[in-house]
Amino acid sequence: MLTITYALLFYLATLVLIVGVAHRIWQFARTPAPLKIPTAPAPVTQGGVVLRLLREAVLFESLFKANKWIWLFGWVFHFGLLLVLLRHLRYFTDPVWSWVVLIQPFGVYAGFAMVVGLAGLWARRLLVPRIRYISGPSDHLMLALLLAIGLSGLGMKYVFPTDIVALKAFVLGLMYFDWQPLPPDPILLLHLGLVALLMIVFPISKLVHAPGLFFSPGRNQVDNPRERRHLAPWAAKLETGGRS
Amino acid sequence: MVELAIRNARTAEAPADPLEVPALTPGAMADSKPYPASAEHQEKIGFPGELVEDWKERAIDKLGDLVGKSRGLRVYLDSCVKCGACTDKCHYFLGSGDPKNMPVARQDLLRSVYRRYFTFSGKYFPKLVGATDLTEEVLDDWYSYFHQCSQCRRCSVYCPYGIDTAEISMAAREILDTVGRGQKYCNEIIGKVQTIGNNLGLQEKALRATLEDLEEDLEDETGLEIKLPLNVKGADILLVTPSADFFAEPHVDGLLGYAKVFHQMGESWTISSYASEAANFGMFIGSYENMRELALRIRKAAEELGVKRIIFGECGHAWRAAYAFLNTLAGPFDFLDQHYPIPQHICEYTYDLIEKDALTFDKSKNDHIRLTYHDSCNVARGSRMGDTPGGQFEIPRAILRAVCNHYFDMPADTIKEATLCCGGGGGLLTDELMDIRRKGAQPRMRALQQVADEHGVTHLAAICAICKTQFAKLLPEHGFEMDSIVSIHQLVSNAIVLDGQISDDDDDDEDDEDDEDDEDDEDGDA
Ligand code: HEM
Ligand code: SF4
Ligand code: SF4
Repeated sequence: MLTITYALLFYLATLVLIVGVAHRIWQFARTPAPLKIPTAPAPVTQGGVVLRLLREAVLFESLFKANKWIWLFGWVFHFGLLLVLLRHLRYFTDPVWSWVVLIQPFGVYAGFAMVVGLAGLWARRLLVPRIRYISGPSDHLMLALLLAIGLSGLGMKYVFPTDIVALKAFVLGLMYFDWQPLPPDPILLLHLGLVALLMIVFPISKLVHAPGLFFSPGRNQVDNPRERRHLAPWAAKLETGGRS
Repeated sequence: MVELAIRNARTAEAPADPLEVPALTPGAMADSKPYPASAEHQEKIGFPGELVEDWKERAIDKLGDLVGKSRGLRVYLDSCVKCGACTDKCHYFLGSGDPKNMPVARQDLLRSVYRRYFTFSGKYFPKLVGATDLTEEVLDDWYSYFHQCSQCRRCSVYCPYGIDTAEISMAAREILDTVGRGQKYCNEIIGKVQTIGNNLGLQEKALRATLEDLEEDLEDETGLEIKLPLNVKGADILLVTPSADFFAEPHVDGLLGYAKVFHQMGESWTISSYASEAANFGMFIGSYENMRELALRIRKAAEELGVKRIIFGECGHAWRAAYAFLNTLAGPFDFLDQHYPIPQHICEYTYDLIEKDALTFDKSKNDHIRLTYHDSCNVARGSRMGDTPGGQFEIPRAILRAVCNHYFDMPADTIKEATLCCGGGGGLLTDELMDIRRKGAQPRMRALQQVADEHGVTHLAAICAICKTQFAKLLPEHGFEMDSIVSIHQLVSNAIVLDGQISDDDDDDEDDEDDEDDEDDEDGDA
């Protein structure tokens, strides 16, 4: 029963995540940008734009200019999260890819880094009046959710170990439609339940900032309006009406 | 930072930090609002004359329409994570402490309504995600706070996703216009440009008379017949400049500067009465259609006069609308000479000549001036000059250094891409908004005070008609002379040595190259 519930939950969550994010990306991509509005100074070549986006995605360049504390906590959280996610690939691959084996030890520290980063961000949200003013319930809950995922994960690693061999069998079973029993540990069930929740809210929450960055005209446009005429399809229709 | 510490140690009393963050004062600016546009002004530019019966439905429809037409708006409304990085970046917040002037809070005025009607979470869990119904109070808040944003884009520099509050303000103003709650200042001006040709409603005859007077002044000063041609068919260059250049101080001195440079180069050029306005207020109200109408005027003038090039005078938002939008709105300009940038900025033009050593300057003519430069927000963050990113910072400074011996930058976090708006941009340059204009100018005034204390700076140069007007009004309140705001081409005009000019200067030929102890901190970001 438990196994079936969780198996179905994860199928649902995966579906929502993939379809939801794909839908958001499609919406972003399909909406035209009528004017050239890169935040200047902006790159004048496509290659320059790729570099700008890379710097934003990897280094959080603009955030670094804005506020060192948010940058520090935000960066530590995100790169902790990234490593943790990569480390989790060991549950999905058999045999485990060699580079995933290599990063395992770092992945453990990354778990702590992620939690520390989240705690720092939450502290600012609670303590800095400006940020408290702009925070709504969902902003606090999102941090609580991620923190709970991180803490329950670390809990299994250090306090209440779970049967990870059986867990891996369950995960692979999901992938190959050959269901295996899920170990009935409460912390594991909590951890997995919260992860499924995160996957489900991802496309309908502010977490779409991840694809959003790459579609932001302020960051992804080439600064060449004089050299190349930029025209949105709906604006082109105004022109067929003739010039006044 | 080190540099700052040294400065602070040098002066007995630490100067006020230009970017000092105030305590939150909710509601401080809630009563600031512009005069509403009259029915006549509204209707003239295609909007209903008064608040329509079904304003709520129409506003929501318009919001949906805009989100579907602008990727920027959609991404910006969807992507904010409330990280808070932008909260202390707006000069209106720094000056007023009103939390709704924090960029993200300003965006949220629109975003909360967008969430309510257009997102899953806002439809089903409004409380959780801060989604709100569109009510009359919300509409009032929009009218108030979206007219406390000068669309300067400072916040967008610092947002990790480049969320641009200017785009959101423009959208909100367009929605307000659509339901009949337009702003008088902008909408009246747009109407004037469409019928008369410029913001001031200056008719061709009056314009011609003004230009003739100025030609006489130029002749008195130089002994040369320097022309300010109007509506000359077949001229090579069409100069499009803000109409304030025709009469306001210090704008007009800039115009005389352009005329002198053109004269020295023997250019054939003209102003057009039909397009005697560089500014495009259609941008301020976020109306693509109005912006396009105004841009097409310039195209039509260029076609009718048969010019080969278009050069824009000193104007900030105008240069953004020209540099970034003109080709889109009114292009392609295949009938112009493709060897020159279309359009070109007067600073690009003059700078090219300086680079080619085609102009001679007597810098000592500006020795009574210790100068700094205010990067106008829309030039800095919405445009470019020259071929490389950041040319919009370097080219004006290069001109100033070529014509003036004493130049000092303000603190690095208040110039170039981090520059502060003058406080009067984006359609706020109107008397009833004086309070917010005054507050918004404070950070810039504090930065200016810093260089005044440290380097004895006396003058502030700018290349925007709005900045010039705003500073001429506010500098006296901060202990500076009204004429301490200067045009770049005013300084060019002071220093340029024209062929055959009568000279009056044989008395002051002392050499000022000895101030070189200032040399090391001439560039704020060195
Ligand atoms: C391309 C990928 C991503 C980029 C570039 C990115 C970037 C950022 C940046 C710059 C911030 C603001 C600073 C901060 O508060 O940390 C942020 C906030 C946040 N990100 Fe991401 N992110 C990405 C993916 C993700 C993913 C996959 C998640 C979660 C599953 C996530 C969760 C969050 C959360 C919850 C916040 C808000 C933190 C707070 O409340 O202060 N991000 N992100
Ligand atoms: S665009 Fe400028 S005025 Fe508007 S919110 Fe951002 S910083 Fe403030
Ligand atoms: S910096 Fe950008 S993401 Fe952060 S709160 Fe401001 S608008 Fe939102």
